[in-house]
Order: sequence, then C-alpha cells, then structure tokens
Amino acid sequence: MPSTINRSKTKTPMPAQDPKKRSKNFGEVALGYTQEDAINEARRCLNCKKPTCMQGCPVQVQIPQFIKHIAQQNFQKAINTIKQTNSLPAICGRVCPQEEQCEQKCILTKMGDPVAIGRLERFAADWEREQGIKTPEQTPSVGKKVAIIGSGPAGLTCAGDLAKIGYEVTVFEAFHDPGGVLIYGIPEFRLPKQIVKQEVDFIKQLGAKVKTNMVMGKILTIDDLFKKGYDAIFIGTGAGLPKFMNIPGENHLGVYSANEFLTRINLMKAYNFPETDTPVKVGKKVAVIGGGNVAMDSARCALRMGAEEVYIIYRRSEQEMPARKEEAEHAKEEGIIFNFLTNPTRIIGDENGWVKGIECIKMQLGEPDASGRRRPVPIEGSEYILDMDTVVIAIGTGPNPLLPKATSGLQLNKYGYIDTDENGKTSKEGVWAGGDIVTGSATVILAMGAGKKAAQSIHEYLQNK
Amino acid sequence: MFQILDKQDLAPSIKQFVIDAPLVAQKAQPGQFIILRIKEGGERIPLTIADYDAKQGTVTVVFQEVGKTTLELGTLKTGDYLADFVGPLGEGVKFKNHKKVLGIGGGLGVAPLYPKLKILHQQGAYVESIIGAKTADLLIMEQQIKAVSNKTHICTDDGTKGRHGFVTVVLKELLEQGEKYDEIIIIGPPILMKIAAEITKPYGIPTMVSLNPIMVDGTGMCGGCRVTVGGETKFACVDGPAFDGHKVDFDELMKRLQTYKTEETTALHKHKGGNCKCHQQ
Ligand SMILES: Cc1cc2nc3c(=O)[nH]c(=O)nc-3n(C[C@H](O)[C@H](O)[C@H](O)COP(=O)(O)OP(=O)(O)OC[C@H]3O[C@@H](n4cnc5c(N)ncnc54)[C@H](O)[C@@H]3O)c2cc1C
Ligand code: FES
Repeated sequence: MPSTINRSKTKTPMPAQDPKKRSKNFGEVALGYTQEDAINEARRCLNCKKPTCMQGCPVQVQIPQFIKHIAQQNFQKAINTIKQTNSLPAICGRVCPQEEQCEQKCILTKMGDPVAIGRLERFAADWEREQGIKTPEQTPSVGKKVAIIGSGPAGLTCAGDLAKIGYEVTVFEAFHDPGGVLIYGIPEFRLPKQIVKQEVDFIKQLGAKVKTNMVMGKILTIDDLFKKGYDAIFIGTGAGLPKFMNIPGENHLGVYSANEFLTRINLMKAYNFPETDTPVKVGKKVAVIGGGNVAMDSARCALRMGAEEVYIIYRRSEQEMPARKEEAEHAKEEGIIFNFLTNPTRIIGDENGWVKGIECIKMQLGEPDASGRRRPVPIEGSEYILDMDTVVIAIGTGPNPLLPKATSGLQLNKYGYIDTDENGKTSKEGVWAGGDIVTGSATVILAMGAGKKAAQSIHEYLQNK
Repeated sequence: MFQILDKQDLAPSIKQFVIDAPLVAQKAQPGQFIILRIKEGGERIPLTIADYDAKQGTVTVVFQEVGKTTLELGTLKTGDYLADFVGPLGEGVKFKNHKKVLGIGGGLGVAPLYPKLKILHQQGAYVESIIGAKTADLLIMEQQIKAVSNKTHICTDDGTKGRHGFVTVVLKELLEQGEKYDEIIIIGPPILMKIAAEITKPYGIPTMVSLNPIMVDGTGMCGGCRVTVGGETKFACVDGPAFDGHKVDFDELMKRLQTYKTEETTALHKHKGGNCKCHQQ
C-alpha cells in the first residue's frame, strides 16, 4: 500500500453535526473520521525520527507508529499500538486537550496545523469497537487483593492494570453508576455514555469487580478494608466538592453548582424527564459563571435543555480562558454569548426566592498573578444587572473531605488534597492515591497516568510483601 | 439489588420497609439517612433511617406517598428489590450524658425521632416525648415511641386522638410550667420545626432539628442540599442533617423545597395517567 505524503497545511476537517441542529439534541457533536478521512490525515504525519509529539503525551503513546499503521490501513495494529500504553483511547481521543499536549509539539505546527492526533486516536478506537472488542482473557489470580476507591479514569486505569497482572481487584464507587466525571460530568454530546460503559465492562472482563453504592468512609473505612483482607488500596476519589462564590443570593432557587446541574442532566438523565424521574430547572436566560471545560459543558447543556439565551460570564479575557479551544469554539458556533472581563457581585431574587437577575461588575487586567496570568481587577462603579432565570456556578471544585476525614494517618496538603510521592504512595502504609484527589482538577489523561503509575508501584510493593 | 424483607402500612399513605442491607446496618447511627433508587431511570431520594439492626443486617425506613417516586415505592411488596440503597449518610448524632430530654415528632417526623430517643433511653436519660399528626389515622409508631419514653404526649390537629391541637401547644405548656430539659429534639415539617425552635429559644434550651432539603448524591458533591445555618452555608447531607434549630434559616429551606413543584406535579400526573398498578383499582 503506497502511503504518499499529504502536504495539506490544514487538518482534515472533522465531520460534525450542524450547530443549529445539535444545540437542540444530546447526540454527539463530532461525528468522527471516515476511513478515507483517517488515512488522508495519517498521511500528513512525517514520521519524525525523534518524535516530539510523544514528549507531549502524559502516557507516551507511540504516536508516529500508530499513525503509520492507519496510513497503511492497518487499523488493528494501530489500536494495538495505542493500547500498549493507553487503556481508554476512545475516551482520550474525544476529551484530551491535545492542543496543549501531543499536537502542540507536532513539527507541522511550524508550517500550519499539527497532525490531528486526537481524531486519529479516536478513529482507531472507534474502528475497534465497531468490529466488536474481543473479550480479554483473565489472568490467573496471584492471590492478593487490591481495593480501588472511586471509578473515575484514575481508579479504572489502576484497576485494569492490576487485574491484568492477576490481582483480585474490587472497585468501590459511591454513585450507582461507575465512571466518575466521565459519567456524571462530561455530557453525552461530547462523550457518549455507551463508550464509558464499554470501557468499564472491559475492565470487568479483565476480572475486576465493581461495587456501586459504596460511599467509602461511611459504609466501610480504609482500615475496614485492610481488616477484610485487602493487601493494598488505591484512592481515586477525584475533586468533587463544588466551590461557591460567597456572594449574596447564591441560595436563591434556580442557582446551581455545575456539579449539581451536570449530574442532574448527565447521570440522572434529566433531559429525558418526565420519562426519567429527575428534573432540572432551566429558564429562558441562563448565566454560567466560569471559563473552564465545566463552564462550557454547563452552557451547552443549558442550551440543549431549551434555554433561549445562554451567557458565559468570565472574569478574565478570552486568552486566559482555561477551556479547551475546541470546546469554546463549539460553544460559540452554537450561539453561547461570552461576557469576558465580567464578574458577578450578587444574585438577585424575586419575592418567592427565584433568581431574576445577576449583578456584574466589569473587570480589567492588571499585573500578572501567581499563575502568570494577568490578574483581573474590578472597575469601580461599573456594576450592571443582567436579567436571568438560572445561574450555574462553574468556578472550580476542591477535594471532598468525606473519605480523608474517616481515615487515620493519611497526610493531606493545606488545601485538603492527598500528599503522595511520585509513584502515588501516601503516608499511610499500603495506600496509594492518584488523579484529581492528589493534583486538584486536572485532566482525564493525567488521572489515567497517575492510576498507571500507582498500579506499577502497588505491584512492586505486593511482590515484595 | 436490595431486598424488601418486610412491608407494613403504618397509616393510610405511610409505609414502612425493612431492607436487607447488612453493611449499612453495621455502620448506621441515629440521625443518619440513606438514599435509594427504585430502578434504572429513577430518582435518588433520601429517607431518614427509622431503625436498624446490625445483627439482622436490616435497615428500616418509613415514607409517605406524596410524589411520583414515593407512590411508586409504595407499590413494591415484601420480597421485591430496590436497585440502589446507599448509606449510611450524614453525621450521626451523639448525646453526652443527657439526664432529661424532650423529643417532638410531627407527622412523618416521628419515624426519624425514634432512633434518637431509643439511644437516649438506652443511655439512661429520662425521655419525654410529644408526637402528633393531622388526624388519629396518620399517627405512626406510637407503641415504639412509648416503649422508649418515660412519658408521652399525643396530639392531633383535629382532636381525633389525644390533645386537640399542634405539638407546639404542648411544648409551650411544658416550658411555661417550668420543665427543664438538657436538649429538645424536634423533627417534622419545616414549619413545625421553625415554630417549635422559636418557642424553645427564649428558654435557652439546646434544640436539635433534622433537615430534609432536596438532595442528589448525599455525599457533598453537588451542593443542592445547601442550607444556611448561623449565617453560613452548610451542606445538609454531610454537615447534617441534624443542626442547631436556633440557627437554621427555615424560610430559605422552605423556599428551596419548592424548586421542583411544577415538575413534581408533571411527574405525578404522568404517573397517575399511566398504567401503574397503584391507581388501576
Ligand atoms: C464537566 C467536566 C468536564 C471535563 N472535561 C474534560 C475534558 O474535556 N478533558 C479532560 O481531559 N478532562 C476534563 N475534565 C477533568 C477530568 O474529568 C478529571 O480530571 C478526571 O475525571 C479526574 O479523574 P479521577 O479519576 O481523579 O476522578 P473522578 O473522575 O472525579 O472520579 C472519582 C470517582 O470517585 C467517586 N468517589 C468520590 N468519593 C468517594 C468515596 N468516598 N467512596 C467511593 N467513591 C467515591 C466519585 O463518585 C467518582 O466516581 C472535566 C471535568 C468536568 C467536571
Ligand atoms: S446532596 Fe449533593 S451535596 Fe448534599
């Protein structure tokens, strides 16, 4: 098969649902490359001898190699290559911030667009799924038990890696469905839940057990698990504590944390209400406060729930916005209105306590702060009021203290995240931690990377035990 | 899946389930609650633990059929299963060396009051109780409450049983007569807890209430259950559900409980119009 180089300076476009149509449904926005698209895009890769893209990948996927396989139409080999180091490619191909990772390091960025590595990764994973993923063989038990707390990407990756070696792995999840943020946070239109479910099923087929409805720290403590015969424990409970702004009016009816708003919609499927039983209130005018992925997801969900006008209110300027570029672009295409350099000062309610407006103040950028971004400072006297029916607060999350509080001897940092060494080992014997509960809100791929490292370290520990 | 081992009708529309949930039963403490889901697609609803038995591995919950989910729950029978049953959630309440306490339960609030009085009784406190309901038929758990109380007052709003009037009338009388308590525990509809807490306040008697805001996860991750206590925002599911009744902003709680009023009606109508067994007769 000749694989001539494609010298196009731009990425092969991603087929997507029309913005007008998609803003009314929860179907996936980006539809995925066809085989022709994928081969075409793969041929843009120069197959560098020293691939800089790989330095940008937190789990060191053999990028040029898998892309070469796609260019040569050998899709099975492509997915096998990816899966050597990344166990959740269908998810990462959809939600990784490639523009800050592999693609940022691609040599082609000197001349134009980088190779669309993320889209190709997704293509390979989707291709495999369409063929029907073979049931993996279970490794015979090595006779040792590991408990994983939390079933987000960190926990699932750690569970999968340890099950492959032959450990008896049990994942304990607080919610009724496993997947963490992948299930309750990231919406269906960006990451179909069927894909998450299949990844969880795969990990079960490897031999891991998944127990839902288990709020650890309440129903069982870490010490209980040791008493029950677990030899090691991994904590991957995420950063799920919503932050509020502490401004007047935050408890008015119609004010949500992004966590609550997204959980009602994604996990509880409020978009099917009253077919499903959990409602969510979305008025005609919705304000989402914040500029990250969570804010974009909340705004785009609000639109799909029937809001007529949805505003993103962000205190810095567009350049500082932490959301993935693609998500912000998608949001704009769908008609989300961005109010930059604006900060809410108060939420105004009517006589029954319902939100009716939000008072904002204009901001300007001052000196750079600790994060290197220019600090937004309020412009005195610039307050104004926007009429609103619903307000969603998406300004970040912190660590949930529920499990740490119930665990003796677990060292936390001053913000309440768990302290670990570079392999995820905590101050408590036999206990590892990784993902957002260690780093604070980060990314799926970093959580996976942490789960992987911890699995390796747990394996070393248990071999010598 | 969690099996319903026993179902009792405590009153018209008030039902009691004993659920097979050994791990929850082992850790349960008075004041804690569980969240259940009947089936896939169902709503997560919190119910206070009304009793638990670590040896038998059972947890008892009591509910009133008021909305779609509780009506559907009421159609389940002994032997049926619940999809999800999570707990024990919230902080358990601990009592220190109380000599004399007063427990007040209004309506369904009598159920969550029971485990608290039971433990106080076991600890040797003198337990006095006031329980009430709209009408005699709706008065629940009278025998259990009497079994753990040294003295019990009964009230009904319509006078069909015990004193004619609200539980707060008796509370007022007792305090005016100069009765002293180490603590007063009030559980019932928010308006009852609000009024009762206002009555105890001038006497400076510590007053505990148990709040029932709208919840989703029950673990502190959504903030939907937030309440204002002493001017600070608290998450009832993890910081409570028991709080100092003199500090709770009940007006805000009552407003927030109205959030899904319209949706609740929609769901109820759909449920009643549908083919559910409970309304076919
Ligand atoms: C709306 C949203 C959009 C995002 N978009 C992106 C994106 O596009 N790309 C990207 O890379 N990242 C994104 N992120 C970030 C990413 O999802 C997280 O960094 C990642 O999921 C963290 O993984 P984790 O395994 O550490 O924790 P989580 O995914 O948070 O999983 C933790 C799990 O632990 C469970 N748990 C918590 N406490 C307990 C307990 N006591 N007992 C039992 N179980 C418990 C939780 O229920 C949860 O299931 C997004 C996050 C959100 C909220
Ligand atoms: S119910 Fe979600 S935080 Fe309390």
